[in-house]
Amino acid sequence: MAKLKIALYWAASCGGCEIATLAIHEKILKLAEVADIVFWPVGLDFKYADVEKMPDKSVDVCLFNGAIRNEENEHMAHLLRAKSKIMIAYGSCAYEGCIPGLSNFYNRQLTFDRVYIETPSTDNPKKIFPQTKVKVPEGELELPEFYDTVKTLAQTVDVDYFVPGCPPEEKTTWLALEALITGKLPPKGTVISHSIKAVCDECPRKKEEKKIKKFYRAYEKIPEAERCLLEQGFLCYGVATRGGCGALCPQANMRCTGCYGPVEGVIDQGVHFLSALSSIIDSNDPEEIQRIIDDIPDPAGTFYRYSLPDSLLRRARIK
Amino acid sequence: MDNFEPKIVAFCCNWCSYAGADLAGTSRIQYSPNIRVIRVMCSGRVNPLFVLKALSIGADGVLILGCHPGDCHYIEGNYKTMRRIPLLKKMLKQFGIEEERVRLEWVSASEGARFAEVTNNFTQNIRNLGPSSLGPSKQSSKEAKHG
Repeated sequence: MAKLKIALYWAASCGGCEIATLAIHEKILKLAEVADIVFWPVGLDFKYADVEKMPDKSVDVCLFNGAIRNEENEHMAHLLRAKSKIMIAYGSCAYEGCIPGLSNFYNRQLTFDRVYIETPSTDNPKKIFPQTKVKVPEGELELPEFYDTVKTLAQTVDVDYFVPGCPPEEKTTWLALEALITGKLPPKGTVISHSIKAVCDECPRKKEEKKIKKFYRAYEKIPEAERCLLEQGFLCYGVATRGGCGALCPQANMRCTGCYGPVEGVIDQGVHFLSALSSIIDSNDPEEIQRIIDDIPDPAGTFYRYSLPDSLLRRARIK
Repeated sequence: MDNFEPKIVAFCCNWCSYAGADLAGTSRIQYSPNIRVIRVMCSGRVNPLFVLKALSIGADGVLILGCHPGDCHYIEGNYKTMRRIPLLKKMLKQFGIEEERVRLEWVSASEGARFAEVTNNFTQNIRNLGPSSLGPSKQSSKEAKHG
């Protein structure tokens, strides 16, 4: 059997997904036995021009991580889609937009103002912003256009599978790779994870009755060792998040922040969590309810930490 | 903008507010025709997702009407609504959506006049606010191009 041809690419991402690909440890040798890597900007010296020269559909699978935030990301998404038989949105950025997607609470100008003017470590008296074209003595330089709105990979090109996680856990990555290697592929559109249920389903913490008088942020209280974090008032996102990670964060006294995306069948993870969370507030008095809600300083950023571009509203409206 | 007539979705609980709307009708009380009533078994059935969905497909305002506190047919469904809507409104503000576009009110089966008053008042408020910036046709061309 001919070896599988695999391409890996990163768009708007932090690089964590690249490390997650390597976190399959010794299984990488097994992968090398059956697959050749034909494109991987982080690890190997291929140029975009090399990809352009490949025949269409000549790559068996593309693991694409990162959101679509600028013209270059979008161009590479279209190019790799054309060259690849199977396109996988690998990791939360490609799947849902993730942390880069939080800039959908702003627009290009507000983002640029913050990054190039307002940050305390920036000294930019001439207010120089990135331009798509700049003339210098040597000729004209180009930069990709920076978009107002971050998009997911599936909002840009046709995607076959999704691998959740920020970054995906080793076993989740291997589940996807194993399916590719053995040719036992799930139906198109599948979110590849060991679970379709919530993180709570695999969390060993003791769950009793959820009634909350006060929400706590991580620095405000040391969590009890065995009791459900949500019941203790921490904004643990496990109830609205797909499992498959093994509930690693809650077991390390860290609330789940929702990186594996919505559970199967849910179309908007953020508002799903909002609904679950507000329902367990332990008060029937509007004023007290308001006080308890005031413990959550940034509901939108907390609930849509990983999924803003993939949500129903997709972005904030900027006046 | 002078001719702006808002589209308003009103989720009415089956046991109180929908009956209140019925009473307003049988009593021949006139009220604003801008509302589109959706009957739900309980205001607690109104997942905040429904509100976002209504706004995202073009509603200019969303009313949630339920039984008065203590009167819920399902004992405490409306208390859940009482907790959800303020958090939803706080979040909507961060999305640049005026919180006045969503309102929770209690209307009992005997309050036909109150039903008319609430819907008229809400419609007038939304009319003053102007059209919502959400909805399928409201995206700028730039945004339509780049999502």
